[in-house]
Amino acid sequence: MAVADHKACIVGVGESEFTKWGGIMDRSQFQITAQAIAAAIKDAGMTAADIDGFASFADDSNNAPLMAVALGLPQTRWSSMVWGGGGGGSIAALSQACAAVESGLANAVVVYRGLCQGQFRRFGRFGQGRIHGNFVYPYGLFAPSMFLSLMMRRYMHLHPQITHEHMCEIALNARSNANRNPKAVMHNRTLSRDEYFAGRWIAEPFRLFDCCLETDGACAVIVTSRERARDLDGPAIDILGALHGSGPGWGSGPLGSQNMPDADYASTNSKYMAKELFELAGISPSDIDVAQIYDHFSGLVLMALEDYGFCAPGESGEFVASGAIRWPDGKMPINTSGGQLSEAYVHGMNLLIEGVRQLRGQSTSQVEGAKTCLVTGGLGVSPTSGTILRSQS
Amino acid sequence: MSFFPADMPRPEPNYDDEGFWKNYAEKRLCFQACGDCGALRHPPTPICHACHSVEVTWLEAPSTGTIYSYNVVHHAGHTAVESALPYVGALVEFEGFPGVRLVTNVTDVDPAAMQIGMRVNLWWDDIGEGMFIPRFKPA
Ligand SMILES: [Zn+2]
Repeated sequence: MAVADHKACIVGVGESEFTKWGGIMDRSQFQITAQAIAAAIKDAGMTAADIDGFASFADDSNNAPLMAVALGLPQTRWSSMVWGGGGGGSIAALSQACAAVESGLANAVVVYRGLCQGQFRRFGRFGQGRIHGNFVYPYGLFAPSMFLSLMMRRYMHLHPQITHEHMCEIALNARSNANRNPKAVMHNRTLSRDEYFAGRWIAEPFRLFDCCLETDGACAVIVTSRERARDLDGPAIDILGALHGSGPGWGSGPLGSQNMPDADYASTNSKYMAKELFELAGISPSDIDVAQIYDHFSGLVLMALEDYGFCAPGESGEFVASGAIRWPDGKMPINTSGGQLSEAYVHGMNLLIEGVRQLRGQSTSQVEGAKTCLVTGGLGVSPTSGTILRSQS
Repeated sequence: MSFFPADMPRPEPNYDDEGFWKNYAEKRLCFQACGDCGALRHPPTPICHACHSVEVTWLEAPSTGTIYSYNVVHHAGHTAVESALPYVGALVEFEGFPGVRLVTNVTDVDPAAMQIGMRVNLWWDDIGEGMFIPRFKPA
């Protein structure tokens, strides 16, 4: 066996339709998640008998042992769940699938997430039982927009050259990419600069279009070894690295009492991990052709461009204003499906699938000749996560 | 009358933060510190991150603090706040209390006048049932 044969790759992706929150009420959240997984298994050219593991995150209620029964798996060898209530764990779940496959503890692991916010709860509102809710709820801070806007204000204070024009560019880029993607919830809705600035405030400095959608949908990705992938028909996408973790002192971070260290407060909590990710992948930020950067809030994408080393601290505004992130001519187009600002909010799993589509040459905003794609998990939380994917061709 | 209506979510003390709320009930803004090495920590945790001691003391913060960051909330994330919109959420630091910050509100302020670095003074908001919550006004 060649040295790299045990390394993990992605061989299948599947997703449900995406709708505005509350849009999927005719089937259960569990059912659309099972259907997305079934679609991913089919896309991989596999059967249920080939799958023996599950990994998820964000307190996903689509129970893996039940999923194994529902889908008819003959034997399960891996199931794991990443701590944290949101998208920070998306690529962390992928990293667990890689660990399972590369160690030989499982043959093929499904990474999945399904959420129907009409059937359970909306993420943009008060929810009972948040960790450290005692320290934020009595002050009227209930939802991520209200937590992360504090961090964004501090970031803009430290870097006064960052303005709403730059946040607007993140929103407009997402929307124009969504307008080319028929699956995007905002496919038929254009967005202009004037409309962005006319958007109502949610929590200053975030306006309406700085905030991700609230949607229903499910996504699944199949991870197996390169050796097993060779027996399949489809193109495998190599995972050069998938990491998750946190800097010191984050805990509930901005979602709780906001007591992260001063040096990292106004950041995505990714910079230490990002450095290790590029070292692991053996490439540098300038080698990345296209990126899917977790866009729960426009401003965190700016921070991520800095923390992942695409530009120096405080220079992300200038970077995006230069057209660098725009399809097709920018030097690194980002969020080419429309991202979570304009395609759908599936806690980052739709970003991972778009990363795979780019490297298969199947995006509706295809970056010509794209060979490498960075995909990040949720930003500014703990854990956060990221992966670098590469096409084999 | 409290700053937010009565149906606002209240702190629900648990094993690990009970002592914190006891101080609030007596209108004392205290942070938790290690009883052995003195390291400050917030939110309360049952073991010291620096020396793993479980001894605890409570240190009272000054009644004037400095704005580390702030936001202006315009969207009602809960029905209780609808009548209070917009309001200012804030993160406050205190001299002599390195490494800990308090999420709170700044009241009696024009949101447009908010600045990082501005000084704010503590006031106690009576939220009923013997509990008080620290909020701040411009100094
Ligand atoms: Zn100690």
